[in-house]
Amino acid sequence: MANPLRREVRQLYKNLLYLGREYPQGADYFRERLNSAFVKNKYVTDPKEIRKLVDCGEDVIKELGTLYYLKEYSAMKKRFYEEELLGLLNIGRPTD
Amino acid sequence: YIVTIRVKPDHSGVVTDGVKHSMNPFCEIAVEEAVKLKEKKFIKEVVAVSCGPTQVTETIRTALAMGCDRGIHVEVSGKDYEAMGPLQIAKIFAALAKKEEASLVILGKQAIDDDCNQTGQMTAALLDWPQGTFASEVTIDGEKVKVVREIDGGLETIKISMPAVLTADLRLNTPRYATLPNIMKAKKKKIANMKPADLGVDMVSRVEVLRVDEPPTRLAGVKVETVDDLVAKLKANGTI
Repeated sequence: MANPLRREVRQLYKNLLYLGREYPQGADYFRERLNSAFVKNKYVTDPKEIRKLVDCGEDVIKELGTLYYLKEYSAMKKRFYEEELLGLLNIGRPTD
Repeated sequence: YIVTIRVKPDHSGVVTDGVKHSMNPFCEIAVEEAVKLKEKKFIKEVVAVSCGPTQVTETIRTALAMGCDRGIHVEVSGKDYEAMGPLQIAKIFAALAKKEEASLVILGKQAIDDDCNQTGQMTAALLDWPQGTFASEVTIDGEKVKVVREIDGGLETIKISMPAVLTADLRLNTPRYATLPNIMKAKKKKIANMKPADLGVDMVSRVEVLRVDEPPTRLAGVKVETVDDLVAKLKANGTI
């Protein structure tokens, strides 16, 4: 692997590992998948290929950020904006 | 924000030992808005403040990783921390806002652990500053702030002069996730440490929690086979 790319790949791995700690299906599940994804491409030598794979990884980082945001947003929406959701679903307020 | 909450056996409160803590979701939105305003060059510096025991510095670090310039940790622990509520925090924020000569105090509309929705309003009252609460849109126009507020009937747009207090509602923005490189960079930023007494704030609570109970357990639903069964059950129940 070319030297500057080696540093980038290591950084990418560390960043993904850090993000994976809050993965909904578990940090261990994420780490296994992350490791196998990196190991699968262990023998790639073409710098252009490596660049493409690293960019792929960066996209995954963005996707994870969005996933976590949506999870939090929908949790808050369910907890605090029940009336809005009921209105959207066209259901009346439950009577007790 | 997703942890299993258990009430203490003596009903004095909720178990917090060993429970993972994180930044209040509405405060994340507030931090994001402040950082956005700085990026748009409307404000010069963003200071992240948190009140509580040592663990609170982790939350301040997250705010610094999101783009705040420096942090202030107002140390409150033990009995003072358990009794700490919106009034004490508002007094601390008011004292700090004056000391730091802030032009804006931005916070989340409410904390999801107590749902008080009071700190912002109290801070504004103590400072005698205008307030833009439940903000879903904030625009700075010279020395004034235009705030679109989410209210029961829809949206209300107000214009208030600075300095002002703003509280963030859910749709104000999309908070950025603090990635590892940002967290590393944030380690160089300073977090000042002080006590409420340094700001001349007394932490005595005027509120006493008498009892904390779990909500009633939801009864299991009943399944029926046919529409006739459903009608019969509803009639027997007295609903129809």
